[in-house]
Amino acid sequence: MAFFRTLFKTRGEAVSFACFALLVLVILPLALPVFRLNLVGKYLSYGFVVIGLVLLWGRCGILSLGQGVFFGLGGYCMAMFLKLEASDPVTTAIQSTPGIPDFMDWNQLTALPKFWEPFHSFPFTVLAIFVVPGLVAFLIGWAMFRRRVGGVYFAIITQAIALILSLGIDGNQGYTGGRNGITDLRTLMGWDIRSEHAQQVLYFICVLLLLGSALFAKYIINTRFGRVLMAVRDQEERVRFSGYDVAMIRTFTFTVAAMLAGLGGALFVLQVGFMSPSLIGIVPSIELVIFAAVGGRLSVVGAMVGCLLVNFSKSAFSEAYPDLWLYLMGGTFIAVVMFFPDGLAGLFTKSGTIKTRATALLSRFRPASPSTPNASQPAK
Amino acid sequence: MFSEYTTEELQNIFMMQGFSGLSLFSVLLLMGLGLALIFGQMGVINMAHGEFMALGAYTVYFCSTLTEQYAPAFGPYYFICAIGIAFLVCALVGALVEFLMIRHLYHRPLDTLLATWGLSLIMQQTYRSLFGAREVTPTLPEWLMGSFNLKEGLDIPINGVFVLCLALLVTLVMILFMYKSKFGLRLRATVQNRKMSSAVGINTGKVDRLAFSLGCGIAGIAGAAFTTIGSTGPDSGSRYIVDAFLVVVFGGAANMLGCVASAFGIAQAQSILEFFLEGTKGKVATLLVIVIALMFRPQGLFPSKVRGH
Amino acid sequence: MSTPKDYVLEVEDLGVSFDGFKAVDGFNFYLDANTVHVIIGPNGAGKTTVLDLICGKTKATSGSVKFKGKEMRGMREYRIVRAGIGRKFQNPSIYENLTVLENLEISHPAGRGIFGCLLFRRTPAIQQQIESTAAQIGLQDKLDTEAGILSHGQKQWLEIGMLLMQEPEIIMLDEPVAGMSVRERTETAALIRRISANRSVIVIEHDMEFVREIADRVTVMHLGQILSEGSMEKVSTDPKVIEVYIGH
Repeated sequence: MAFFRTLFKTRGEAVSFACFALLVLVILPLALPVFRLNLVGKYLSYGFVVIGLVLLWGRCGILSLGQGVFFGLGGYCMAMFLKLEASDPVTTAIQSTPGIPDFMDWNQLTALPKFWEPFHSFPFTVLAIFVVPGLVAFLIGWAMFRRRVGGVYFAIITQAIALILSLGIDGNQGYTGGRNGITDLRTLMGWDIRSEHAQQVLYFICVLLLLGSALFAKYIINTRFGRVLMAVRDQEERVRFSGYDVAMIRTFTFTVAAMLAGLGGALFVLQVGFMSPSLIGIVPSIELVIFAAVGGRLSVVGAMVGCLLVNFSKSAFSEAYPDLWLYLMGGTFIAVVMFFPDGLAGLFTKSGTIKTRATALLSRFRPASPSTPNASQPAK
Repeated sequence: MFSEYTTEELQNIFMMQGFSGLSLFSVLLLMGLGLALIFGQMGVINMAHGEFMALGAYTVYFCSTLTEQYAPAFGPYYFICAIGIAFLVCALVGALVEFLMIRHLYHRPLDTLLATWGLSLIMQQTYRSLFGAREVTPTLPEWLMGSFNLKEGLDIPINGVFVLCLALLVTLVMILFMYKSKFGLRLRATVQNRKMSSAVGINTGKVDRLAFSLGCGIAGIAGAAFTTIGSTGPDSGSRYIVDAFLVVVFGGAANMLGCVASAFGIAQAQSILEFFLEGTKGKVATLLVIVIALMFRPQGLFPSKVRGH
Repeated sequence: MSTPKDYVLEVEDLGVSFDGFKAVDGFNFYLDANTVHVIIGPNGAGKTTVLDLICGKTKATSGSVKFKGKEMRGMREYRIVRAGIGRKFQNPSIYENLTVLENLEISHPAGRGIFGCLLFRRTPAIQQQIESTAAQIGLQDKLDTEAGILSHGQKQWLEIGMLLMQEPEIIMLDEPVAGMSVRERTETAALIRRISANRSVIVIEHDMEFVREIADRVTVMHLGQILSEGSMEKVSTDPKVIEVYIGH
C-alpha cells in the first residue's frame, strides 16, 4: 500500500494511468487492424523518450535537444544485431563477400568491421541497448554539469551532438548503412518479426515495457529524489548547500532518460524494421520535445498521451494536407509553449481550471521584464 | 592525406579552400553577430534566426525579379539597394515577432527557444508556399561575376571578396554602434543591470525590441550575402543554424571579437577539411572538435569576466 | 596540532582577487567552539565574500580554510556541507512549493546520494527530529503549510531550521534579520543564542543593537581586510573602527 502511494500520489494519478493502460492494452488492440496497431506501437516507442524528457526537462529543468541521439543509439544496436542475423552466408551468397551486411558489400568492404562483431550475440545486444546510450549520456552529462553548464547552452550543445551523429552515420555508408540506414531486417533469433502475429506480440511487449517505464518514472518522481529534482530546478544553490551533489543528480537523470530512449529506439526497430539517421537528427529530436510539451512536460501519462496525439494528427494531416501540417505543428507548438506550458495534462490539474487559465492568459499579455542574463555564467 | 599533392598544389589548395572558407566565414559571421546580439541582450536563443537569413535571401530574389521585369536598366545597381531592403524587411518582421511572442517569454529562455523553433517551421512552410520548394537564385549584376586571376591555378572569385567586405563592414558598423552610439550605451547598460537601467529611465522594453529587430536585420544582410555564393531554398537557413549557434557559444557569447574569431576558425576548419575528407566528414570533424572543446571550456574562447557569481 | 587551542575553524591568510581587485586579502579568522562570532563592516568590506570563500561558493586565490584541522579549500561545495559547515543565504532561499515539513525533511542528511534519495523513507527518528527542529524555530504548528505562504521572518527561520536539520558544527548566517520586525529580531536573537549552545555560529550583520545582543566575539572588516577583532566592548571603543564608521 505504501508502495502504491509512492507510485500514485493522488487518486487522479492512478485513474489517469489506468485509463491510459486500458486504452493501449485493450481498446486499441481490439479496435484497430494489425497494420494500424503496428503504427501505434511505433508511436509508443517514442513514448520512452518522452518519459525521459518528463524527468529531465519537466522535473529537472534541463532541456536536451539531442534525445534522438540516444533513441538512435539504442535503435542502431538492435538493428545491427538483426542485420547480422539477416546476412548469413547462405542468403548473401551472391555478394562478393558473403556473410556481411549487403551495404558493406556495396561499399567494397571485405570483412565485418570490428565493432560489429559483438552484435552477433543477443545478450550483448540487449546490454548494449542500455549501456551505449547510458554511457554516452553519462560522459556528456558529467563533463557539462560538473562545469555548471545548463539551460540554453546545454540545449545548443546537445543539438549539435544530434547533428554530428546523424551526419556521421550518413557519411560512413560502409560501416553504418549511410543515409538509407539499416534496412531489410527480417528475423529475431529465427522468429519472423514481419508477420502479423509477431507484430501483435511486439506491440504488447512494447506496451508492457512502456507502462513499466512509466511506473518507474512515477516512482522516481514521487520519492525524495523527485522532490530533490524539482528543488534543483527551482533553487539549485540551496540544494547544493544542503549537501547534495547537484551535478551528479543531473547526470543521473540525463543517463536514465538516455537509457529509456535507447530502449525506445530498440523497440522502434523491432516494430518498424529499419533504422536510419533521419530519425536521429535535429528535427526528430525537437519533435520528441514537442510530444512532451503538448502532453505536459510535468506529467508522465500526459506526455505519453501527447506523444500519441501529435503522431496521430501528424499522420492524418500530413497525408491529407501536407502543406497545412507544418503550419499547424508550428502554431500548436508556439501556442502550447506560450499559453499552456503544462500542456494537456495542465488542463486537468488544480491550478489548471478554466478561470485560472484565463487569468494567466491575460496576464501573459502584460510584458514581463526579463532577468538580466549573465554572460559570464553558462549555467541557467 | 597530403602525400599525393605537390607542395605547389597544396599551397594553392589551401589558398583556394581558405578563400572559399572566407565566404562561409562571412555568412557565419553575419549570422553570429545577429545571434550574439540577441543572445547577449536577452539570454534568448532565436531558433528562427536561420529563417530570417532565408527571408533576407528571398527578399533579394524578389527585388531581382522585380528589377528584371520593370526596370532592367537598374539591373547593375539593384543589388546594393536589395541589401538595405533585406535588412529593413527582416528588422520589421523581427520587431513584430518580438512584440507578439518574445517579450512574453523573457523569463523563460528555454521556452523562447522552443517557441522560436515553432516560428521557424511556419516561416519555412511560408517560403515553400510562396516561392516553391525549388531553390532560387537572384540574377546577380555583372560586376559580381568572374574572378581575379592572381597566378597560375589560383582564382579568387569577386563575389567572395564582395561578401567578405560586406561582412567586415557590418562588423565594424556594429562595433561602432555598440560602443559609440547612445543606443549602444543603453543596450550595454541593460545587459549589465536591467533593474538599474530601468530605474535611470531607460525604456528596457524598447531596447529589447530594437536589439531583437537589429539582430534579425543583420540576419537579413547575411541572407543577402548568401545569395551571391549559393542558391536559396526554404530550408537554406536551417542548414547554417547549428554552426551559427556554435559560433556564438564558442566565441564566448555576446563577445563581438570572439564571434569574429570563432566564425573564422570554424569556417576555415570546415572548408579546408572538406577538401581532404570526402562528403560531410570535414563538417563532422569540425563540429566534434568544437563540442568537445566546449565541454572542457564552456565559457568559450573569450568569456567576459564579471566579479562574483 | 600545533595551535595552543583547538579551534573549530581556522582561516589563515585567505584572499581572493577578481581581475586584480582584491575583494578579500590576508584574512585571518579563528572560531571557537559553541560561540557566536559576528562579522561587521561597511558595505563592500568583503563580508559576504568571506562566507562564500569558506563554503566554497567562490574559489579562494590564496590562504587556507581548516575545519577541525582538515583543509576545506578546493573541496566542492556539497562536500564542505557534508563535512559540517552550513550556510544560509541573505534572501530566504527555501522550496516555496513544498510544505514546511518537506522543506525540513529534504535537508536531512540521510539519503543525500542518488540511491539514498530513491530509497529514502521517513523513519520515526527523522519525524521526531523534524518536529523538534520545527519547535526550535517556532514553526511546530505550520508543518503542513506550504512554505511559500509563510511570512518573511518565518521563511528566514525555516531556512535556519533547514540548516539545523543538517546538524552542522558551524552555521553561517548572512544578515539573518534584514527586513524583520522588532519582535522577530528579538526572537531571532534568542534562536541564535539557543542554537549556539552546541555549535558555532558565524553571523554577518549591520545592526549594532542586534550584534550587541548576540555576539560573543566580533570581527570588523574594512576594504577586504580585518580592521579590529575582539569582544563587542573592545571593538566598539577601537579608534580605527570609530573612524571607519563615523567617517561614513
